[in-house]
Amino acid sequence: MKILIKNAHIIDPLQGIDGIGDILVEEGKIKGIEQKSRRAEEQKKTPPQPPLDKGGIKRGVDSELRTIDATGLYVLPGLIDMHTHLREPGYEYKETIKTGTAAAVKGGFTTVCAMPNTNPVNDNSSVTDFIIRKAIQEGACAVYPIGAITKGQKGEELAEMGIMYAEGCVAFSDDGNPVMNSLIMRRALEYSRAFKVPIISHCEDTNLSEGGVMNEGLLSLTLGLKGIPSEAEEIMICRDLALAELTGGKLHIAHVSTEGSVRIIREAKKRGINITAETCPHYFSITENTVEGYNTNAKVNPPLRTQKDVDAIKQGLKDGTIDVIATDHAPHHRDEKLREFDHAPSGISGLETALGLSLNLVHEDVLTMRQLVEKMAVNPANILGLNKETLKVGSDADVVIVDVNKEYKVEAEGFISKGKNTPFEGLVLKGMPVITICKGKIYE
Amino acid sequence: MKLSSKDLLGIKELTKDEIILILDTASGFKGVLKRNIKKVPALRGKTAVNLFFEPSTRTRTSFELAEKRLSLDVLNLSVTTSSVVKGESLIDTALNVQALGADFMVIRHSSSGAAHLLSKNVNASVINAGDGINEHPTQALLDAFTIKEKIGKIEGLKIAIVGDILHSRVAKSNIYLLTKFGAEVRLIGPPTLVPQELEKLGVKVFHDMDSGLDGVNVVMALRIQMERQGKGFFPSTLEYSKNWGLTSERLFKADKDAIVMHPGPINRGVEVASDVADGPRSVILEQVTNGLAVRMAVMYLLAGVRE
Amino acid sequence: MPMPKELLDKKDIDRMLARMAHEILEKNKGTKDLCLVGIQRGGVHLAKRLAGKIKGIEGAEIPVGSLDIAFYRDDLNIRKEQPQIRRTEVPCEITDMKVVLVDDVLFTGRSIRAAMDALMDMGRPSCIQLAVLIDRGHRELPVKADFAGKNIPTAIDENVEVSLEEDGLEDKVTIE
Repeated sequence: MKILIKNAHIIDPLQGIDGIGDILVEEGKIKGIEQKSRRAEEQKKTPPQPPLDKGGIKRGVDSELRTIDATGLYVLPGLIDMHTHLREPGYEYKETIKTGTAAAVKGGFTTVCAMPNTNPVNDNSSVTDFIIRKAIQEGACAVYPIGAITKGQKGEELAEMGIMYAEGCVAFSDDGNPVMNSLIMRRALEYSRAFKVPIISHCEDTNLSEGGVMNEGLLSLTLGLKGIPSEAEEIMICRDLALAELTGGKLHIAHVSTEGSVRIIREAKKRGINITAETCPHYFSITENTVEGYNTNAKVNPPLRTQKDVDAIKQGLKDGTIDVIATDHAPHHRDEKLREFDHAPSGISGLETALGLSLNLVHEDVLTMRQLVEKMAVNPANILGLNKETLKVGSDADVVIVDVNKEYKVEAEGFISKGKNTPFEGLVLKGMPVITICKGKIYE
Repeated sequence: MKLSSKDLLGIKELTKDEIILILDTASGFKGVLKRNIKKVPALRGKTAVNLFFEPSTRTRTSFELAEKRLSLDVLNLSVTTSSVVKGESLIDTALNVQALGADFMVIRHSSSGAAHLLSKNVNASVINAGDGINEHPTQALLDAFTIKEKIGKIEGLKIAIVGDILHSRVAKSNIYLLTKFGAEVRLIGPPTLVPQELEKLGVKVFHDMDSGLDGVNVVMALRIQMERQGKGFFPSTLEYSKNWGLTSERLFKADKDAIVMHPGPINRGVEVASDVADGPRSVILEQVTNGLAVRMAVMYLLAGVRE
Repeated sequence: MPMPKELLDKKDIDRMLARMAHEILEKNKGTKDLCLVGIQRGGVHLAKRLAGKIKGIEGAEIPVGSLDIAFYRDDLNIRKEQPQIRRTEVPCEITDMKVVLVDDVLFTGRSIRAAMDALMDMGRPSCIQLAVLIDRGHRELPVKADFAGKNIPTAIDENVEVSLEEDGLEDKVTIE
């Protein structure tokens, strides 16, 4: 089957494309790409190519060809979420590889990276293998597992990173359970250099955050909820930066949520430390006020912060301090969230709102479309060493077609993900993926 | 005038006028409590369920007696006997209780917001009898009732709350209530238990007793929970009582007619010296009596909202 | 909407109260063990006036109390407005006393039922009598006034209003 996407506004930072053009997909690969605005110029240099707009054939009609008129739409490399909880194996009532990847595709993602806090934990190659096989069988998009740094995510003994890397893990993280022992973290950053894989750090000093369920401040006092100070995140970022500098390991900081964290990372980058950082849509879209009324759908770790943190995160995205927008998609069962705030699990089901929320940054002129593609596809691919971020001829046909002006209301009941836990219920978003093409397969 | 909500979740959610309505109604019930027959048929045929997920003798018995004196049928569910230990969720427990025909659910729970969660999921009137470290609204109402009864007003009074403000739902409810009525509220205690952030609520924070108590009309001492000392909030109860215990010498700093209050149960010799607790300025036992009248008033008024 | 029609004025009310005071004294053979209890709110003012008249006739002070019947009402659920709780204050032990309940208008009899229940919970009077300024009929309970200022036949949907100077109004009885 062939797909021809016509008259789209194509953005592919890697090829330096940002303009109207056509793309031809054949057998799951990008077969051709042509930027119309440059056509005249290029025709002078290169011999004429067969015109794409008839599916690459010179005469007649190709019955196998599906033509998509993308006039007024953007066509981007498929988005890559480097922080997803697919929950399988072990928590299939929250999400499965099948439902999670289907939700990803609906959200415009063609690649997701599965965090290891499954049951059993992905701390050995048999779990890695299970996830990869299951994803090939049932997954709608590409799935790359992230292995645990330590066995059982207990922070005590290094997991078999090398074997898991060989099996297909693209990064290592004890996400959710920070490695509190500095020596173990040092070893992880050192050891992982052998495979040139990043260590993704969930930065939280769990002594300082003990028992906390939301951001610490006046609101936590008046709600009577135990607070987590920003410093619980910032202290650990400082530690991990020091260790990264010491070891030369590849450190990636997960879900940055505070103004202080942005400042610390900015300074570290200025000093030339080799680190990258991500944030999530909820950290630049909403504040702790969403918790009011004990809204467990706004319970997430790190917690939602204040407006000044939101502003700092946006600034960090704009100036390049923060490299990646990831979802931290953390689906939970409805019953788990319908509990006392203290006892409800943390997490937001984020795959299906991430692009809409991130497009707000474009509407607000925080990011350009090109920068958005960098944060949501190019940079994650570079950090993880995936070859998935471009529309170059010959690459996998992972493409997302986006209508940036389409307005719609977030309705959790309509989520494909099993996790309906969103704090954005009822919010009107502007911009959504209309068609996602994964290895040449069309989802619309 | 009616209350605006079927539930009493916290003082935060009440207007000043609603609080006045509750206090005025409580006066009526206080009259009933002085009679030989201390019971009225006002809520005959209705059912109250006391859901206590946290141990409590004082508040539970007060609610139970208040309910009985309103002619309610009363059911007590405490954590040790309920199916909560079997892992039933709060909502499921509440829905079962509702299916039994509960008109009122009085809930005490260790998690802040538990009453709010309940109120969104049941039709019964939910009364918060203390949720985590959030609020304990009926305690603040009975404290206000007692202050008004003893001093005649709240507005303009200097009122000191001494102790573990951070973990005290009683203190929180009192802060909201007393500031709504224009009292000068002072919070006194160690910095680990009295966050400076609270000044944003319009109160004054003190860390030493003598300056905090200077000229106050009311001193409320809070119970110090012994388990806090292991957590590094203060080194020992001895050190706590030396610095923040209410003794008769320290009480000299207060106004000469100042009253002493305590929500109970008291750690004698820790937060309050025995001679102060039993002394002429102590209104601690009157607080207990007034608690009945206030709780009767709350339930009576909520019954009028639901129908 | 029709204008309220004035049925009785200040003088009428005064004369009726004077007559009722005499009747109360006559029936109870003086003021011994006698006590007046007005039902909040109009009844309280009338009880005080009656006590004044009685003093004028006999020269003796009799105790006057006020009774709020809200806790004893049977219509908490069906009223749009929640009744405001007013003072209940009976200055003497009512056990073995002859208690005259005083109200402004006797209508369904339900208030009187509630008032009797409230009184019974306060003690055990030797008897309870009922004095009302206006009896407008339409009883729903077997209640009868021992002393009535005036019987006024009314339609069920009419409203009889007794306004009194104690509430800052003009003394009068109107119907609409």
